[in-house]
Amino acid sequence: MTNTKDTLSPGAIGRRKAAPLPEQPPQLWKTVKPKKAYDAIIVGGGGHGLSTAYYLAKNHGLTNLAVVEKGWLAGGNIARNTTIIRSNYLWDESAAIYEHSLKLWETLEEDLGYEMFFSQRGVLTLAHSVSDVRSKRRNFYANALNAVDSEWLTPAEVKKLVPIINISEDVRYPVHGATYQPRGGIAKHDWVAWGYAKAASDLGVDIIQGTEVTGFDIRNGKVYGVKTTQGDIAAGKVGMVGAGHSALLANLAGFSIPIQSRPLQALVSPLLEQVLNTVVMSGAVHVYVSQAHKGELVMGAGTDAFNSYAQRGGFHVIEHQLAAALELFPIFSRAQVLRTWGGIVDIAPDASPIIGRTPVENLFINCGWGTGGFKATPGSGWVMAYTMANGTPHELNRPFALDRFVTGHLIDEHGAAGVAH
Amino acid sequence: MSSIRFSFDDKIYTGNQGEPMAAALLRNGLLHITNSTYRGRPRGVIGLGVEEPNALVQLVTGTKESMRPATVIELAEGIAARSLTGVGSLPEDTEEARYDKTNRYVDILIIGAGLAGLTAADEALRAGHEVLLIDDQPVPGGHLRQLGQDVPSPLQNTLKHTNLTYLCRCTATGLYDQNYVVAIERRSEHLGNAAPANRTRIRVWHIRADKVVLATGAFQRPLLFANNDRPGIMLSHTAATYVAVYGVKIFNTAVVVTVDNQGYRDALRLHQAGVKVQGVYDARPAANGPGVEATKAAGIPVRFRSTVLDTAANGEGLLQQVTIQDLDTKEIFQTGADLLAVSGGWTPVADLATHIGIKPTWSAAHAAFLVNHATEKLLTTGMLAGDFGGDDDPAMFFGPSLDTEQARSAFIDLQRDSTLYDLQRAVGAGLSSIEHIKRYTTIGTAHDQGKTSGMLTIGALCQLNAATQDGKPGLSPADVGTLSFRPPYVPIPFAALAGRELGPLSDPIRVTALHQWHVAQGAVFEDVGQWKRPWYFPRSGEKMEDAVKRECLAAREAVAVMDASTLGKIDIQGPDAAVFLDRIYTNMFSTLPEGQCRYGLMCKADGIVFDDGVTTRLGKNHFLMTTTTGGAARVLAWLEEWLQTESPELQVYCTSVTEHIATIALVGPKSRQLLQELVTDIDLSKEAFPFMHTREATIDGIPVRIARISFSGELAFEINVTWGYARHIWERVWAIGRAYELTAYGTETMHVLRAEKGYVIVGQDTDGTQTPHDLNMSWIVSKKKEFIGKRSFQLPWLQAAGRQQLVGLLPDNVNDIIPEGAYITALNATPDAFGKIPHIGFVTSAYYSPTLKRSFALALIADGLTRMGEVVSLPIEGKLLSATICDAIFIDKENLRRD
Amino acid sequence: MLYIPCPHCGLRNENEFHYGAEAGVAYPDPNELSDSEWAEYLHIRANPKGWLAERWVHFAGCGKWFNLWRNTVTHEIGPAYLPFTKQPKAPQEGSEK
Repeated sequence: MTNTKDTLSPGAIGRRKAAPLPEQPPQLWKTVKPKKAYDAIIVGGGGHGLSTAYYLAKNHGLTNLAVVEKGWLAGGNIARNTTIIRSNYLWDESAAIYEHSLKLWETLEEDLGYEMFFSQRGVLTLAHSVSDVRSKRRNFYANALNAVDSEWLTPAEVKKLVPIINISEDVRYPVHGATYQPRGGIAKHDWVAWGYAKAASDLGVDIIQGTEVTGFDIRNGKVYGVKTTQGDIAAGKVGMVGAGHSALLANLAGFSIPIQSRPLQALVSPLLEQVLNTVVMSGAVHVYVSQAHKGELVMGAGTDAFNSYAQRGGFHVIEHQLAAALELFPIFSRAQVLRTWGGIVDIAPDASPIIGRTPVENLFINCGWGTGGFKATPGSGWVMAYTMANGTPHELNRPFALDRFVTGHLIDEHGAAGVAH
Repeated sequence: MSSIRFSFDDKIYTGNQGEPMAAALLRNGLLHITNSTYRGRPRGVIGLGVEEPNALVQLVTGTKESMRPATVIELAEGIAARSLTGVGSLPEDTEEARYDKTNRYVDILIIGAGLAGLTAADEALRAGHEVLLIDDQPVPGGHLRQLGQDVPSPLQNTLKHTNLTYLCRCTATGLYDQNYVVAIERRSEHLGNAAPANRTRIRVWHIRADKVVLATGAFQRPLLFANNDRPGIMLSHTAATYVAVYGVKIFNTAVVVTVDNQGYRDALRLHQAGVKVQGVYDARPAANGPGVEATKAAGIPVRFRSTVLDTAANGEGLLQQVTIQDLDTKEIFQTGADLLAVSGGWTPVADLATHIGIKPTWSAAHAAFLVNHATEKLLTTGMLAGDFGGDDDPAMFFGPSLDTEQARSAFIDLQRDSTLYDLQRAVGAGLSSIEHIKRYTTIGTAHDQGKTSGMLTIGALCQLNAATQDGKPGLSPADVGTLSFRPPYVPIPFAALAGRELGPLSDPIRVTALHQWHVAQGAVFEDVGQWKRPWYFPRSGEKMEDAVKRECLAAREAVAVMDASTLGKIDIQGPDAAVFLDRIYTNMFSTLPEGQCRYGLMCKADGIVFDDGVTTRLGKNHFLMTTTTGGAARVLAWLEEWLQTESPELQVYCTSVTEHIATIALVGPKSRQLLQELVTDIDLSKEAFPFMHTREATIDGIPVRIARISFSGELAFEINVTWGYARHIWERVWAIGRAYELTAYGTETMHVLRAEKGYVIVGQDTDGTQTPHDLNMSWIVSKKKEFIGKRSFQLPWLQAAGRQQLVGLLPDNVNDIIPEGAYITALNATPDAFGKIPHIGFVTSAYYSPTLKRSFALALIADGLTRMGEVVSLPIEGKLLSATICDAIFIDKENLRRD
Repeated sequence: MLYIPCPHCGLRNENEFHYGAEAGVAYPDPNELSDSEWAEYLHIRANPKGWLAERWVHFAGCGKWFNLWRNTVTHEIGPAYLPFTKQPKAPQEGSEK
């Protein structure tokens, strides 16, 4: 496996030839037909579903297990996101679970035996006003107490780290400072999913694509299996990991969850010589950008305002996004938008995930990752696997239980933390 | 056509004004234009337009846009470009070009001005519709133009119709819901040096049409064979067009390989232009049609059931030899050629239709995915709808069987250097979905987004999964489906989409009526939402902390003045206004006497504090609400939502008057005396004008409303006046104030003053998780009435122990100003095994108080109200500060100063 | 950029509107509800695949709230109707593409 982590030191910026991707392994996963029964079924073959399956098999020895995916494997948000990885969240509960996830990221390539271009190139989160500085600095102090690496950078320090950024006072909302998480970064999204799929498949997990779950076999408040377009499959335990489709799955199981499904768009440029080797985020002006290992600029836009399952959003969102990007990075003016796309994000009222038990016994749910699910892929699966294996949540996901909406103990990540990317 | 000079890779060439750069490069003998991205293989032009995967260049003059296909750049005097190897670069100099955007609403939008689009336009105009016709080419005619033909004269009249707008060089890049189309018009590049300086380079069109007609035509596709990427191998239609229309005379001997009758037509064109066509090799068993007959009649050898298997290059990497294989006998032979013209069938441009979720359908007869759509809103026509002009008779054939070694050089995606071998590996790895294969091989992800490679991928997949003799059915393209196309159809410069929404135009700047005065006084501003507010008013040489100290002391000891006009103001009228406010605010407003003001707090339904402000009762049915500066719009929206969607029985009308009424806050012990000099028609004494009362008065005959409201705890008056008179009133206050050493102050001083009194700023001392009780404001929560949010206070967590409560904090060292946002731990708390230190809360506001002559802070601390006197620690960037928890009111707890 | 029929102003671009999620969720009598029923009012809104009756406000136009049938899969727009008026029937599922 090649080590790609440090190939982009600041000095390495400049004209460089595109490097070909390393070859993929000859076998990724076996395509199988469902068996009649499993010990457990994961509904949803996205990043979180696959990582749940992997950790169930690896950490809990549960290998009589199937991942049932409606479409093609890992074709949802894991295939559509901007791959930002960080753990510098505001609230203790969030920082804990995302930091656990980041720690898993740091050994994931080794753990799965799979290259995924995990690159800890650092994540900058910009502040653009006095009040923005106040809340970002709070975040910085919170991270320090939570043992999450975080630094506070002045505009000049931001400029040193990202020479192409415009820190002048001429822009509408000048850069007043930034938090910086050096351990944050990016990874190659498809390969992350495939790495989990391969590792799970190698451990004996059945990966079943093109099979839609159309109902749950629930008797006396307990789940006994799922109904699918390929027939009924019995299961001792069922995990719903349906991302944007979670509310629909919950409805099929007879309960409601506070999830709204919204389009979230992203865009990519053609390959460009390296100009940016840090992830830069700004909630205030809606810019989330990194330059991937091959050289394309990858940018996230805001969510569209309305509910949708169409995997597409409005173009005005993209236009607004690019205006903001040019303010910060004048050098981008001659870059091109090559491709835009949309995913369906599942958003909870407090912009925090829901992971844990449901009103139905042996039926578990993991959803609500909203715009920030990619970075959580390892941690989310890890705690979900623990929860399913033990029938009770891990300390890390206990605060994210569904009943927090009844107790009122929300974990409000869009209030003070601003950006949930 | 006039001859011009242009530069390519630092050499000067000549070409014809307006022709594609690719044509001129070819005419000048440049077959080898670049090397491939990953494998460094020589590559040349294969296409005619935006489908071109190889000949990407960077303009080095003009705007220096990165990655433009040489096939679409129109030559003009002064144009210079350099070749790229699939990777663009971003120039660091400032972009000087301008961009604009426009909106257009039309009856019928027709995309594509080929024969099909022109015919559709003609029909629409005859039916009396207004038509917008857009086309990415410099002149109309589409395919006709590539044949060197003009638009037939009846359709030329169509183009002149008054109800038709025709935009050339305008590419529709995306089709969105409800017939919304985004198009990019390139307006100046083709003019080169002659482009007027003020002409916008690109115009982004936002078009909404009752009906959209897609007449987007088709691209010819290549075939898969070994070494199919050498310079000299081109699409047959491309080759014939460059030779016959653009006068490219660099080819001597051509081999034509085809799966349809198009190859014959192109062979004839090459032949007629003087190229020796060595033969036409047709994968089909037989072919009929005028083109076929004419080819034979011209003496060009034709061989059926044969195709190209491999090629060889000369020392310069250019095509030299073609290996032909008989598809039945597998016999091979070589033939020399410097041009291999390949006709692999047509792929209609289905991108736009798929943008809104329409799935193209496979037509075996066309060997193509078509979109046949004819609704009131959307019509497809021409090649996209399957009108291929009659006699093409294409075979579903994508190339001969190749062994592994051959597959390694059979390129599917030229720009990504992705081969048939890569695709075979993907399938071997267990991938079946075309989306997986795309992601595994990166086919279709380059600048051309798979315009020529997409169908090859599908074809190759079908060949890998062909029917077997034991009865297993083969995979058909219909089973595979197309790759998903996403907007934009062609890449769009960021700058074009950003348009002019940059700098001051990126977001509106809001300023008060007094802004120019503040500027003249040298105020330093801060952004508060869209507002520019004076932060502090430094005198020469003064640092921020000195200015703030001076401003604070002036307010506490003499008199100071602040522009408070940015506070949100909502005029609320109607017979049910008081009832309504009782629902909105946690405290009672129906009991408020006319002419008096009351501070109010509002919560969302979840019980969390949402906004606050002082509301004045101006009449029985008339209130003036103030909100936080940042909250004005959302509070008004909140009021309207409750009125319109929950309270139809209430007659209440809300109007934003933020920018109608300017507010001047006059603060300090001498404020009454100063103001009384200006206001002679009312008595400002505390007996005549008590705290939290308002009075109508005049200054210089100008009506003002004066309120005794204090956000500092000092004696204070707010002068409210119509926006247009504000500057006059302010200047008058300022002039009289000279005798009182009146001091102007900004938001920082306002913050210090209010914090000294323990007044919260919603959004600073709250973070979206506090109830009024958490803010030690239970006194403002009515027990007598229902209001929004009340029910939520009964939820377990909202009344649990351990909630963070607003308290004061006094640093042990009076000069330690705690950074805002700092976290608080129990005294000398130490890290746990994981390096974490448990915290008990955080600092929301922290300042130095010149009045107290010490630093102080407000903080949210778990159970803080029961921890008075507790000493706590603040670990701050390597230092450990300590502080003592105290009441949040630091000055004048008895409220003696405000009178 | 959806094209939304404001009942007062006619068809306007989506960026003139704000979204208000599921329509027809009346404010309940808070004191009649258990904590979980109250939580349901606070946090749960319909999120179907297909036709959804939802609220929009024409904030950059007339400022009025109204309800709208819209398909969350195809983004087709159905009839708009005013608050406290009879809800029209959902458009046919077959009208999806």
